Amino acid sequence: MAKKNTKIKASSNGSHNQNGTSHQDISLSVQKTYKLYIGGKFPRTESGRYYKLKNSKGKFVANMCRGSRKDFRMAVVAARKAQSSWAGRTAYNRSQILYRIAEMLEGRKEQFITELVELGSTTTAAKKEVQLSIDRLVYYAGWADKYQQIFSSVNPVASSHFNFSILEPMGVVSAFAPEELGLLGLVSIIAPAICGGNSIIILADEKLATPAISFAEVIHTSDVPGGVINILTGLRSELKGHFSSHMDVNAIVYTGDDKQDIIDIEHNAVKNLKRVRVYDLDWYSEAAQSPYMIMDLQETKTTWHPIAHDMTGGGGAY
Amino acid sequence: MSSINFNTTWQYAPAPESTDHIALKEQYELFINNKFIKPKEGKYFETLNPSTGKKIASIAEAGEADVDAAVKAARNAYNKVWSKMSGKDRGKYIYRIARLLQERAREFAVIESMDGGKPIRESRDIDIPLAAAHFFYYAGWADKLEYAFPNRQPKSMGVAGQVIPWNFPLLMAAWKIAPALATGNTIVIKPAETTPLTALKLAELIQEADLPPGVVNIVTGAGQTGAAIVNHPDIDKIAFTGSTGVGKIIQNAIAGTRKKATLELGGKAANIILEDAAIDQAVEGIINGIYFNQGHVCCAGSRLFVQEGVYDEVIRKLKARMETLIVGDPLDKNTDIGAINSKSQLGTIERYIQSGIDEGAEMYQSSCELPKTKGYWCRPTLFTNTSQSHKIVKEEIFGPVLAVQSFRTVEEVIQKANNTPYGLSAGVWTDKGSKIFRLTNKLRAGVIWANTYNKFDPTAPFGGFKESGFGREGGLHGLAAYLKI
Amino acid sequence: MNFHSSPIIDQVGLEERAARLMKRSIKKSSKETALKLALNMIDLTTLEGQDTDGKVRQMCYKAMHPHDDLPDLPTVAAVCVYPTFVKTAKQALKGSKVKVASVATAFPAGQSTLDVKISDTRFAVSEGADEVDMVISRGRFLKGEYNYVFDEIAAVKEACGKARLKVILETGELSTLDNVRKASDIAILAGADFIKTSTGKIKPAATPAFTLCMLEACRDHYYKTGQMVGMKPAGGIRTAKDAIRNLVMVRETLGEAWLSNEWFRFGASSLANNIILQLEKIRTGNYHSMDYISID
Repeated sequence: MAKKNTKIKASSNGSHNQNGTSHQDISLSVQKTYKLYIGGKFPRTESGRYYKLKNSKGKFVANMCRGSRKDFRMAVVAARKAQSSWAGRTAYNRSQILYRIAEMLEGRKEQFITELVELGSTTTAAKKEVQLSIDRLVYYAGWADKYQQIFSSVNPVASSHFNFSILEPMGVVSAFAPEELGLLGLVSIIAPAICGGNSIIILADEKLATPAISFAEVIHTSDVPGGVINILTGLRSELKGHFSSHMDVNAIVYTGDDKQDIIDIEHNAVKNLKRVRVYDLDWYSEAAQSPYMIMDLQETKTTWHPIAHDMTGGGGAY
Repeated sequence: MSSINFNTTWQYAPAPESTDHIALKEQYELFINNKFIKPKEGKYFETLNPSTGKKIASIAEAGEADVDAAVKAARNAYNKVWSKMSGKDRGKYIYRIARLLQERAREFAVIESMDGGKPIRESRDIDIPLAAAHFFYYAGWADKLEYAFPNRQPKSMGVAGQVIPWNFPLLMAAWKIAPALATGNTIVIKPAETTPLTALKLAELIQEADLPPGVVNIVTGAGQTGAAIVNHPDIDKIAFTGSTGVGKIIQNAIAGTRKKATLELGGKAANIILEDAAIDQAVEGIINGIYFNQGHVCCAGSRLFVQEGVYDEVIRKLKARMETLIVGDPLDKNTDIGAINSKSQLGTIERYIQSGIDEGAEMYQSSCELPKTKGYWCRPTLFTNTSQSHKIVKEEIFGPVLAVQSFRTVEEVIQKANNTPYGLSAGVWTDKGSKIFRLTNKLRAGVIWANTYNKFDPTAPFGGFKESGFGREGGLHGLAAYLKI
Repeated sequence: MNFHSSPIIDQVGLEERAARLMKRSIKKSSKETALKLALNMIDLTTLEGQDTDGKVRQMCYKAMHPHDDLPDLPTVAAVCVYPTFVKTAKQALKGSKVKVASVATAFPAGQSTLDVKISDTRFAVSEGADEVDMVISRGRFLKGEYNYVFDEIAAVKEACGKARLKVILETGELSTLDNVRKASDIAILAGADFIKTSTGKIKPAATPAFTLCMLEACRDHYYKTGQMVGMKPAGGIRTAKDAIRNLVMVRETLGEAWLSNEWFRFGASSLANNIILQLEKIRTGNYHSMDYISID
């Protein structure tokens, strides 16, 4: 059963709007404070700052943490710490955990539909978005133990060596969630990254931040090790420099088509030759899910080893 | 301690490769539209033989206008011919290049050694045959690209601008040209200014192969020429092999443009000898790892890690093996280490050696004689008593200089090996299979040689993690760099 | 003794090293020096069921006079015969420096009792053999009975008295380089003066890989103890080029001290004439013909 947040106007603490209070409710509903998700915990931003999230009609939704450079730094530390053991999990295990996220999301469908509607989506669109998000997670759950088979190779070198190329996660990925589809966009970036064994720090879209943090709750109950997925809220304009210049981040995923953003990010990425991936996709579409998006965050590692061969003709006779 | 005397009464007489079949011109022009044309500004530079310091030929220096002409030729050839040609026919052209190169292999090997200083043994047995093999391998891909990328119809990118280094001049040209052509792109390529000759000889082959004009254009010059390629607005793809410093300049220059880049940059590979390794073969792997091609190798095993239980034995055998390395005339068939590629590179290496001494590491050099010519020579060198913070341990030297450290446990060596911004390659030596895989899993590098080192093959993807660049060259994975997938 | 700790050999790596050594180009004066050196390292061999005193005497003359047309030509190092021809050879070689080596220990299969092998050895020595070429018990070795193999070699060594002992491993029956290395170590520790690849009856015999592997065993023993052990590749070395390649391996593995017939030998029958053919080419400038070189 989906738990549904029931909220009332409580402007005294300035944090919440009114929403769908049933007339049958007799007790005061409990508001949710939206925090960050770092290292498997839900801390407030260390900066103590917030921004007011309003929906597409200008209506106040929630106060969101305005994540800082330091929050991001903590998230990178958590992501780095978690990454190698995440990559070291069996593909089967990663697959099951991705599937588990889908299961958990399925169970909380109603909450996300409500949140998306609250942000300005129509109910039909919100239902579709949540359903597609679940499907996308299932899709990548299926890929976790298959992409390696499709994209690895055994290379027939012209010497007595066994030679093979396998894929390895790039490591720590920083990412910006798309500026549309607060749940589906987010899921479409997170899923291929972690499917391939990366850890990720993703900045929720400024205007679509509530489902992102609610999704963190889904992750939190899905056996995803702390630190593998870290979700921040805040201002893209403020954080993009840090996301792209941190020297311990291996790759950065940018969504959108802001020319100047892309140039700035690509320049910053040069400092440690971060891999830059830019997606400007219709997130509803089939094109927004593919094993090539997993591949975008993989390195190819080629290994050589000698092959011994028969030295003797199998004895002989005198 | 018993030592072996390698300074034997019986010595090897000089065995120079003959050069009487080599035809070189006094002056080489730019290769645009299948014609050799003079540079618009009329400027030329000299390419020297690094084993004598003497000039071999004058080489045209391409300015911006020349690069523009080359890009136009490439664009025109792309639009009108190459992008429309069937994969099957593209493949046939590339096969022709492979065959012509095989036919003239010895000539190319001799020129490579004259121009670049590498031993003829290597240019003859490695550089040239591998270059031909690359063309042969990628030729076969030209009509099979959709098999490489399931559920996709890959498309060529357009005009590729390629800038290659001086350490493997023809081989790097092949690594760049073969996959670009197979995937349907046209090319403007710039060989390194100290080693342009084999690329210009390749231009002759391209003429002989009757490639459509403009499909491959070869422009010679230094950094300015390279910059003109990188900054040219009508180039779709940049492929660069060289230093991490220049790679970063390129990446900055193309930020925000539609140009896609693959970068194959520097390295500081760890070569790890565990106590259960086959020691004699490991020693040979260390030698191949660092003294191959005078150490002018991006994936050179320049950081040696030896487990303490076998440290003394390995160092003793390594020093003994170094005594048998012959430094000498690149054209002598017995030369193991040829000439350093240029005067400036020799200066760089010597500065690093001095810094190793200054930082307190212990230097050992083999006692071999150096040729008494005005060429650029460096004895095989190793440093013991080094630490992770020494400059010779941290920075890419690109010369025959090895920095040795000992270690105690596998955990320790994994940590130290990965403790670098580079991630191109690594070597692991142990007879124990499970240990090999433990290390190969944990080492952050694009190529890992287990119980071998410095092996290359057209079917085997090559390229780095981290600041060693991105993208792969070779194998199926090398196709992706030149395709829209 | 524990013989399970012999060094590990990576076959592909060792073969690459051997192949690289094979690429040394030996020309002009260095070639002539090498050819004479190689000639002087030959154990001129006849080990056939059809051997007779007459055949052995002819070979002994050839050993002392490889090719009289060439002045300053060295003799070969030794002749190598069955025990029953030691006396004949000894007499035929009287006054020369050419040594007599005898195979023993139920050569070539070695399938006999220790008693028989000891008396075989004692007989050869009593007939005047300067050197004894024994075979190891490969079956026992492959069963892992390393101590048996060791003890047998040690016993034969004792029976040799002052004669130098060459221990034949029969590489072609040992299957791996790891085994060749282990057998080398056993032989060296049991007192071998030389280790030798093969009987000449089994292929492969003295391949560059086997020989290099054994040279490295000699080197490691020298590093550990300061004591020299000799090496004798035998079987399949037929051409001057093969011989020179072997000398290159010796030079770059063991250095100056092993470049004499005191510590390095070739077990061969047709090699001497091929070397002479090459020396004639150097002397005359023409490719030569076997019609001008005696076959004994």
